[in-house]
Amino acid sequence: MNRFVWPLVAVIALLVFLVMGLRHGDPRALPSPFIGKPAPQFELPTLKNPEVTIGTNTMAGNYALVNVWATWCVMCRAEHPFLLELAANKAIPIYGINWRDSRLEAIRWLDDLGDPYLASAYDEDGRVGIDWGVYGAPETFLVDPDGIVVYKHLGPLDPVVWQREFVSRMSGGGQAQ
Amino acid sequence: MIPEIGQFALILALALAVCQTILPLVGAHRGDAAMMAVGRTAATGQFLFVAVSFACLTYSFLTSDFSVLYVANHSQLALPTLYKVSAVWGAHEGSLLLWILLLAAWTLAVASFSSGLPKPFAARVIGVLGFLSIGFLLFALLTSNPFDRLIPAPADGGDLNPLLQDPGLAIHPPLLYIGYVGFSVAFAFAIAAMISGDLDQKWARWTRPWTTVAWMFLTLGIALGSWWAYYELGWGGWWFWDAVENASFMPWLIGTALIHSLAVTEKRGLFKSWTLLLAITAFSLSLLGTFLVRSGIIVSVHAFATDPTRGFFILTFLAVVVIGALVLYAWRAPSLDSDVGFGLLSRETFLLLNNVLLVVATALVLIGTLAPLVVEMMTGGKISIGPPWFNVAFLVPMLPLVILLGMGMHTAWRSQKADAWWRVLRIPAIVAIVLGVIIPLLFYGRVSLLLVVGCGAAAWIVISSLIQPVRSLLRQKGTAGITRSALGMSVAHLGMGLFVIGVTIVSAFGVESDQALQPGESIEVAGFEFHMVGLSNVKGPNFSAIEAEIEIRNDGKLVSKVYPQKRQYLVQKSWMTEAGIRAGLDKDLFVALGDQLGQNAWSVRVQYKPLIRFIWLGALIMALGGLIAISDRRYRAGSRETEAAA
Repeated sequence: MNRFVWPLVAVIALLVFLVMGLRHGDPRALPSPFIGKPAPQFELPTLKNPEVTIGTNTMAGNYALVNVWATWCVMCRAEHPFLLELAANKAIPIYGINWRDSRLEAIRWLDDLGDPYLASAYDEDGRVGIDWGVYGAPETFLVDPDGIVVYKHLGPLDPVVWQREFVSRMSGGGQAQ
Repeated sequence: MIPEIGQFALILALALAVCQTILPLVGAHRGDAAMMAVGRTAATGQFLFVAVSFACLTYSFLTSDFSVLYVANHSQLALPTLYKVSAVWGAHEGSLLLWILLLAAWTLAVASFSSGLPKPFAARVIGVLGFLSIGFLLFALLTSNPFDRLIPAPADGGDLNPLLQDPGLAIHPPLLYIGYVGFSVAFAFAIAAMISGDLDQKWARWTRPWTTVAWMFLTLGIALGSWWAYYELGWGGWWFWDAVENASFMPWLIGTALIHSLAVTEKRGLFKSWTLLLAITAFSLSLLGTFLVRSGIIVSVHAFATDPTRGFFILTFLAVVVIGALVLYAWRAPSLDSDVGFGLLSRETFLLLNNVLLVVATALVLIGTLAPLVVEMMTGGKISIGPPWFNVAFLVPMLPLVILLGMGMHTAWRSQKADAWWRVLRIPAIVAIVLGVIIPLLFYGRVSLLLVVGCGAAAWIVISSLIQPVRSLLRQKGTAGITRSALGMSVAHLGMGLFVIGVTIVSAFGVESDQALQPGESIEVAGFEFHMVGLSNVKGPNFSAIEAEIEIRNDGKLVSKVYPQKRQYLVQKSWMTEAGIRAGLDKDLFVALGDQLGQNAWSVRVQYKPLIRFIWLGALIMALGGLIAISDRRYRAGSRETEAAA
């Protein structure tokens, strides 16, 4: 074999390696250290009533979505109609974590756009967000009936992602209620 | 409507790119002058349509058209106009469009200045560039359309990443991309030469100025990025060996090797196949860099929004381009070997060593960049190899490189008489070693082996770069002065020397200190007293900030006042550090606010950075050297000569 073939061989090896690297995992699914583990415990006042608290215990027993949102987040506005649609179809209980936001503006947002959440926790200083490893809003976690985090999605939820990533991960195909 | 025009223009540009690829290549094969001539027309048309498309996206940003998804995600009403424009390339889709625009511009430039080239050769170059254009246009249209709509449009946008809201970063990507994309011209010249099968010294002369221009811009782009990281990220470092930095650095290293190897090919007709391989590699590494940045395969502080389909697209394109080029290479290169010899002590030898060392350095950077990926695939754990490894590994090829550099400049082609060589170099060598001891001892009061080596090497490069220009100045009259390209070489190497001294001194004598500070208090770092006068609230167009007023004193005398800020950008709610820097050629004094510790107390990062400006100054002078070199008459005279012959 002539020596001028070696660069070709080296590059093909490198490319095969890169393909394997790309296959190795969906890079968008940032490996959340919480997947497969119990959801981090929290106890926060609800958005609409500071007297009432909501927490990990509230969600137990069912598959549940935990959606991190804020009024300053444009993409949350983009995904909002789809969350409303999920709520209207009773596809799954949806809990919100209103993250680093103003309470008044958040309540006005829900009044204006509709409220898909069974309840929203009000995480004013973002502390629970840190516990949950939130990178930014919107983020959506799927928690199973035993309180284990099954999946985490970064960015706005849409029907395609919902079908592909969430429905397939729920035993019983999403009729958890 | 405007965004749709932009998208439509992009589709038309794709159609023209297809014409620009097929017709000239077929024409050159058949010897059909009319078909070859299409290349230039199609390239002009393609450029115009891409420019229209780019203008449409810019218009959408300027008018804050949030019904365009890309605009909604990366702009907002209160964003200053400058950043509305720079936001166009602030994320993946738009920066890809910028890439395409620059590729079209380079192609147009090649088409316009190719009158001196043989027609079939020019046609093939344009055809190859057209092929690259097809790849990137398809990439944009299929996976990363910047004109996607968002209905209903939000009232306000998500704002540009605050890190990017900085004048330095507004022009960093364009400079870097001009460099990246510029290597596609050297690549296209290499492919065109391999298709036709004849590669002579003229080929190297045609390729050289294009490569030097691309290298110049890449140098400036990297230096600007480093400068930005220094003052904006708030860490005070100037290079982090981040995957994305490495992605730009690898093409630079190979591009540097290519410039030197082209010199040998042009002057002596040697290293032909090697030069071709470097031309292919430089551009392939630019593509690899794009892949690494945009596929999210490697986690980086710079990573763009990642998407596996994009990763697969680039990888496929990379495979087609690189494998195609290397198959052609394996077929053609064996016939290019030259049997001209050269002496052991000759400029050829030194340039060969230069090439070997630069390629080794590139390989080390590549290994370090991909190593975390290998580990992740084998063990599933995410690791970071980090600066300690790079700093040591990189020094191994770099030390001999800088020492050989000074020798090589004063060595003749073919063969050099050893005694004459020694007579020129012995005094500079002794002076360099003496300076290597004196500089650290006298100015900074400490000396070590590494310091002597670093300062000595820097002095060695500076002195040996100056010998030739100084001599030609002293000679006064007479035409036997220095040629522009020799002067350019001297200047670029001088820049390298300044860079080396900057790196050596700042890494040995730089001081960093994190301390708590509140108004009325002082701390002392590196002999300077930093006194916090007070804190105040400041409002910007789209951020609010806390600003500290800090007086810097030396022996009770006021040196400077700096105003570091901690900014909160209102839309993304993210905190940014705006360092207060007292910049000087001899040293920088750097103050950045960290976290608020109590009512009024802040953690403050104070740094003393001697000679850090030499790092960027050195890079700037290197680029200047490139500029001088391409102004050499030879390139213009050469093209006229070929025109006359044709």
